[in-house]
Amino acid sequence: MPNPKRRHSKQRTAKRRSHDFLVPTGVSECPNCHERKLPHRACPKCGTYKGREVLAVKSEA
Amino acid sequence: MRHRNGGFKLGRNTSHRRALLRNLTTSVILEDRVETTAIKAKAVRPLVEKMITLGKRGDVHARRQAASFLQTPEAVDRLFATVAPRYGDRNGGYLRIIKTGFRKGDGGEKAFIELLGAEAELGEKREKREAAKAKKREELQKQLEEQQQAEGGENAA
Repeated sequence: MPNPKRRHSKQRTAKRRSHDFLVPTGVSECPNCHERKLPHRACPKCGTYKGREVLAVKSEA
Repeated sequence: MRHRNGGFKLGRNTSHRRALLRNLTTSVILEDRVETTAIKAKAVRPLVEKMITLGKRGDVHARRQAASFLQTPEAVDRLFATVAPRYGDRNGGYLRIIKTGFRKGDGGEKAFIELLGAEAELGEKREKREAAKAKKREELQKQLEEQQQAEGGENAA
């Protein structure tokens, strides 16, 4: 079986992992209630999308 | 390579998928608005639009073609009588899909698919639903109170 010829240095590991990071989700602002929301989706807080499209929002309980 | 492999499979075999999409199309035409997953909404949109195009043609042959796809005769009636006449001057784009977020259990993305121009009817429907809900809640409250009174009586006796 083939084996590694050389020791793998910490630098090499670190360099490879330099691209392994998480990217924050894109978040947009609801034009109605100014809450943070996901883009292209109805606002879960106030239930609006593009000014109308009111979905049932649970206010109590 | 997945070249030229368009469309949505929805994790079903052909007959299952066809049945699902026919059911969904029927529901959209009957209810104006349906909550489903975003992918299913995208998959039924062209089918519903084809039905509406048939509805706009309005002849007997179109009616039979629609009846052979839709699951209930009521849906065919509604399509030709109320849905199709709304879109006289519009060529396609009869539906709106609004993504609403992710389902708790499996993280599936949910969406509403609704017919354009159905806002008034949807509003009426919602009012009715809310009235029914309020009534139910009141009745429950009454029952609860009666139960409590009965229990109180027993304790006193």
